[in-house]
Amino acid sequence: MSPRPGFILEVDRSTPPTLFWHGERFSMEKLPVGSRVIYAPEPEAALEDPIGAIRHALEHPLGDSPPLSARLTAGMKLTIAFDDISLPLPPMRRPDIRQLVIEQVLDLAAEAGVDDVVLICALALHRRMTAAELRHALGDRIYDAFEPQGLLQQHDAEDPTNLVHLGLTDQGEDVEINKRAAESDLLVYVNINLVAMDGGHKSVATGLASYKSLRHHHNAKVMTHSTSFMDQHKSELHSSNWRMGRLIAAAGVKVFQIETTLNSDTFPEQFRFLQRREWEWSAKDRATYLGASAALDRTPSKLARNIFQSIKAPHRMTSVQAGEVEAVHAQTTANVYRQQLVAVEGQTDILTMGLPYICPYNVNSIMNPILVACLGLGYFFNLYRGKPLVREGGVLIMSHPTPWEFNPVHHPSYIDFFEQVLSQTTDPAEIGKYEESFATDPWYIHLYRTGNAYHGVHPFYMWYWCAHALEHLGAVIVVGGDRAAVRRLGFKPASSMADALEMASDVVGRDPSLTHLHTPPVMLADVT
Amino acid sequence: MPEVQPPPEPPSGGPLPPLAEALAGQRIFITGATGFLGTALVERLLRAVPDCRVVLLVRPTRRLDALARAQREIIRNDCFDRLRSELGTGFADHVAERLEAVAGDVTQDGLGLDEAGRRLLADCDIVIHSAASVAFDSPLDSAVEVNLLGPSRVAAAIKAAAGLRAETHPDRPPTHLIPVSTAYVAGTHQGDASEILATTAMASGARARTHSTVTTEVDIAGEVESARRLRGDLGAESRRPEKLQKFTKQARGDLGAAGTHLLAERAEKFREDWVRAQLVEAGRARAQALGWPDAYAFTKALGERNLVTHHGTLPITVVRPSIIESALAEPVPGWIRGFRMAEPIIVSYARGLLKEFPGVPEGVIDVIPVDLVVAALIAVAAAGPDPSGPTVYQVASGVRNPLRYGQLVGLVQQWFTDHPIYDADGQPIVVPEWSFPGRGRVQRQLERATKGLALAERLLGTLPVRGSRADMVARIEEKRTLAERAHGYVELYGAYTETEARFRVDRLLALSDRMTPEDRAAFCIDPAAVNWDSYVEEIHLPSVVDHARVRTSPGKSVVASRSDRATAAILDPARHLAAFDLENTLLASNVVESYTWLATRHLPVGERAKFTARILREAPSLLALDRRDRGDFLRSFYRRYEGAPAELLRADAWDLFHHLLLAKSFPAGFARVRRHRALGHRTVLITGALDFVVEPLRPLFDEVVCPELGVDAEGRFTGRLDRLPPTGEARALVLAEYAAAESLDLGESIAYADSASDLPLLECVGFPVAVNPEAKLAAIARRRGWHVEHWEKAGGGARPPLPMGPVNLSTSRWWARFEAMLDELGAPGRDRTEESRR
Repeated sequence: MSPRPGFILEVDRSTPPTLFWHGERFSMEKLPVGSRVIYAPEPEAALEDPIGAIRHALEHPLGDSPPLSARLTAGMKLTIAFDDISLPLPPMRRPDIRQLVIEQVLDLAAEAGVDDVVLICALALHRRMTAAELRHALGDRIYDAFEPQGLLQQHDAEDPTNLVHLGLTDQGEDVEINKRAAESDLLVYVNINLVAMDGGHKSVATGLASYKSLRHHHNAKVMTHSTSFMDQHKSELHSSNWRMGRLIAAAGVKVFQIETTLNSDTFPEQFRFLQRREWEWSAKDRATYLGASAALDRTPSKLARNIFQSIKAPHRMTSVQAGEVEAVHAQTTANVYRQQLVAVEGQTDILTMGLPYICPYNVNSIMNPILVACLGLGYFFNLYRGKPLVREGGVLIMSHPTPWEFNPVHHPSYIDFFEQVLSQTTDPAEIGKYEESFATDPWYIHLYRTGNAYHGVHPFYMWYWCAHALEHLGAVIVVGGDRAAVRRLGFKPASSMADALEMASDVVGRDPSLTHLHTPPVMLADVT
Repeated sequence: MPEVQPPPEPPSGGPLPPLAEALAGQRIFITGATGFLGTALVERLLRAVPDCRVVLLVRPTRRLDALARAQREIIRNDCFDRLRSELGTGFADHVAERLEAVAGDVTQDGLGLDEAGRRLLADCDIVIHSAASVAFDSPLDSAVEVNLLGPSRVAAAIKAAAGLRAETHPDRPPTHLIPVSTAYVAGTHQGDASEILATTAMASGARARTHSTVTTEVDIAGEVESARRLRGDLGAESRRPEKLQKFTKQARGDLGAAGTHLLAERAEKFREDWVRAQLVEAGRARAQALGWPDAYAFTKALGERNLVTHHGTLPITVVRPSIIESALAEPVPGWIRGFRMAEPIIVSYARGLLKEFPGVPEGVIDVIPVDLVVAALIAVAAAGPDPSGPTVYQVASGVRNPLRYGQLVGLVQQWFTDHPIYDADGQPIVVPEWSFPGRGRVQRQLERATKGLALAERLLGTLPVRGSRADMVARIEEKRTLAERAHGYVELYGAYTETEARFRVDRLLALSDRMTPEDRAAFCIDPAAVNWDSYVEEIHLPSVVDHARVRTSPGKSVVASRSDRATAAILDPARHLAAFDLENTLLASNVVESYTWLATRHLPVGERAKFTARILREAPSLLALDRRDRGDFLRSFYRRYEGAPAELLRADAWDLFHHLLLAKSFPAGFARVRRHRALGHRTVLITGALDFVVEPLRPLFDEVVCPELGVDAEGRFTGRLDRLPPTGEARALVLAEYAAAESLDLGESIAYADSASDLPLLECVGFPVAVNPEAKLAAIARRRGWHVEHWEKAGGGARPPLPMGPVNLSTSRWWARFEAMLDELGAPGRDRTEESRR
């Protein structure tokens, strides 16, 4: 049976309440009659033989590339870069796709007699992964073979001795990337393409770049001109990365791109109701929902966080393609769209969304207020192709507890950004003047390089991520959030959905249209 | 039985010449000129009696000689503002011309005068002795030396100079001594108290309990002897080992492990306080045993008797004022010096602290404005001695123009209702309604309150609380201090609101009648001149509130801006250096936790639980040792590292930092360190944590002072320290050395610390900051007005509940078994697919 496509429900009087994520909790909201609820397509079937599919992709590359085995020779210098902890979401059950792919690449390398192999986690300015996280992503065999010899590295964007400047693009953008990767005879990049934004030239040009290079596309101006960054052809973010990627290729860096797609099977059995449509809930689903809600309401939020963070998603590989970057990425994007696209007609006055406990930057951590903003305005708002789901000047209502809490190990600069920058201005164009001092702060650099901290500049990127939405929207309302934290973000706090709708009417008038984005699982609205 | 009253002494003599004329050309010797009454007297003489000269007996201090001290403490007082503006630029010359100061001390025989001083004294026609120990709770021995023996010493000095005076001024009469006493020498007497000396009364046959003054026979020499011996005895008693132990324990309770010197200093202070308290108690007990309310009235009364008994042949006129309060008119209405008896009570009342004060509403509260007393002294001096022998004038209002206690309370209450003072939050304080309860009930109430608060404070003080909870302990301490003070007021002054003696002023009024009408206006001594309503409301209370430095305007701004000001001062680029303690100042962890984390890191799961449990069992004894002596604790604790592989631990310490210490850090603290660096201040970390543990923090600091463990040839820690941990005074010393080497000024430096054991460090800088202070430091910071910061852990840190190294789940056999079991059971979320079994 083929999976059902995405679905748009029109709320009538008999519609059961709609599930809203609320951080580590949920709520059921009765939406006004006439509202639309967008449901993601059901998970596609997984590849039956993922290993075979990987081997096939490596031997039958797309675009202008010989098979991988033909590009591996004894005595060569091989570097395998892979996506970091921010993908996939939630982290997948063992074995992780990275492990499956890299094991096959390493087998081929071993057959070819390649012995200079280094694995690099393509962190960009993200936090370094912990040993346990690396083990999870790569599997024990690879970890134990590479880590003790120092051959499992994490990209260090602040190590001047291990960066190389490859030149400027025709737009004057610096291209500075990891030296080992750039100077290898072959760079294999292993992607997990959870959403359409991932992969392509962005893999190397962003994942292995330095601050000097990243700042050209990670800024307010570029982000407001990426509408959306899930749509490569209308995304300035991608244009910049493509220019850089082509320069990297022109500079002689040989990249063998491997991209993989996942189905949207996001939650394990006991949370399966989260990806079902409410009116189809079985008695068991309803019971688990009630049980889970009641239990979570009585659970201290720290424990609830631990429970959710330990969820390993059952999602599985639906496709794998390898070869030349652009050809591979075109195929990957098509595959992602196949799983995620939902056709939506017309924009809405009010867009509602329930924000879950996780975003790319708080795996095994806490979702601080800045990440809440980024998940809602940066990611979910941008889950569109064509036109934004919500009309210009419309209202976004998000549901999340937004606690005034930060993980001091992972997000040290976020704390100061929240205290020192957002207390002054929330305008993405304005905050730029503080960027330099955070980006070059030696303490943040120290924590980024030696610990597990995001780079000092990272909270700025989170805010730039919101730039397009902030410019587009008339108001942002957070339901059930910490009022002080929500206000600091420049949003309006509301205690209930009814209050939020009341407040929204000040902006969009009485009797507005309303659309609810029922995600996760992740989807992409094709708005016409 | 009817009272046997000796006839009141008849007013003697005819009309007086104008006072200024009578005193023209006279030289007047004054003791106690730095006091409230003395200052007013000197001012009045210089301003209103133009042709007299004034000699002040002033005790020189280490830095100021007699004249300099007189200039500084008397002439500069705002009492002289009127004269200063009247004379303009001529003021200094005028004062220099008419005023001399001689070095001396009324507690020494011969007044401690040198030859020139004695010569000057011989030149003086009048001696006004107003030096006194006026505190009602003076220690017995000092009250005896000053109040009891003082007048006799002055008289003896006059006698000793009499020969010289007869030689140099054969034409002038002997020096007239006017000692200032107190109306309360009448003690607890009820009814009329006449202007008569006890000695005179006794000579005319008065017996105990039948006369208007206390006439108990007292062996004065014996009293003096025993008071002096008591100080010696108590001094010896206070130095006995068990007492010294108690003081040291008390000091430790107060300061914690603050280091030997500070503890010694504090213990010595406790010893001195104890001796003093014993002497105060002895004074009160002795006075009450003999019928006086307190040591002040008691020693003053004996002073009068001793003077007249031994020096009755000298021309002596005693002046006895009642409670002297702010000026009615001279030099300006409301002038007052120092905080006197009624003021603290009034202010405590206005602050709402004194809920009750004992007293009977219809009782008389005998208050007299200072300028009336000064005028009386001048009039008495001008009138000259009574040829029949020593006499007395009382200057009191109770009979002539009584102020009822109920009336006073009503006036005060009304005034503070109209002009409330404000609490720290800017809210007006509502003054309580007094119900005039008995003294016993108020005392019992306050005693209970004091004891309850002290108990709460002790209990809370032993809890390891910090930050805002510690602040609560500090607030309780403040409340307790205030309750104690209120209790003290009631104990001390309660008797004065219940006085039932009526101080007669017949002789004073007769003296007033003898003055010229002009003098009666210019040197008013008639208590009838006071209109109590306007005196209290328009003169006295505004003056008291002015002096009390209380908040008289609403709004919260003052407090907020105080903290802001402190922060601004700390973050001024002009500062030089910022020193930081680590534990509980920058992060909420400690050396035991770090050790346990590191030690369990490579242990199997079962073992690590046992290890942690063992450490937790030891925790109380470790904590006790830490509290006793931090240095000893660290040295003994660090021995546990003996044999540990140094390289491995150095590497592990980075994980320790990133996973435990950083998670427990105070982001605001780190932000502050970095702010200091950005401002160009040097930053120094002073900690007892080991060098490799704090290594990841080095980029924040210019200098890290910490202990270092020795390493043996095999690369294992020896457990002995190569560099000692800086604790207690050593912290201050290290910082001072660093500052000196770098030419930085500690006065321009800031120190951040959390515990009383860091006191030496905090005290050695100009800007001490208490961070999340524990109870003792919170109390100290509150008392000294130090800036306090409350820094918190970030809300979202993942902190292990137990100090254990992280379990590496991927390599843990225990975890693998657990997972296998889960899979076997088909637990929720576990699909038994081949992928999850790979």
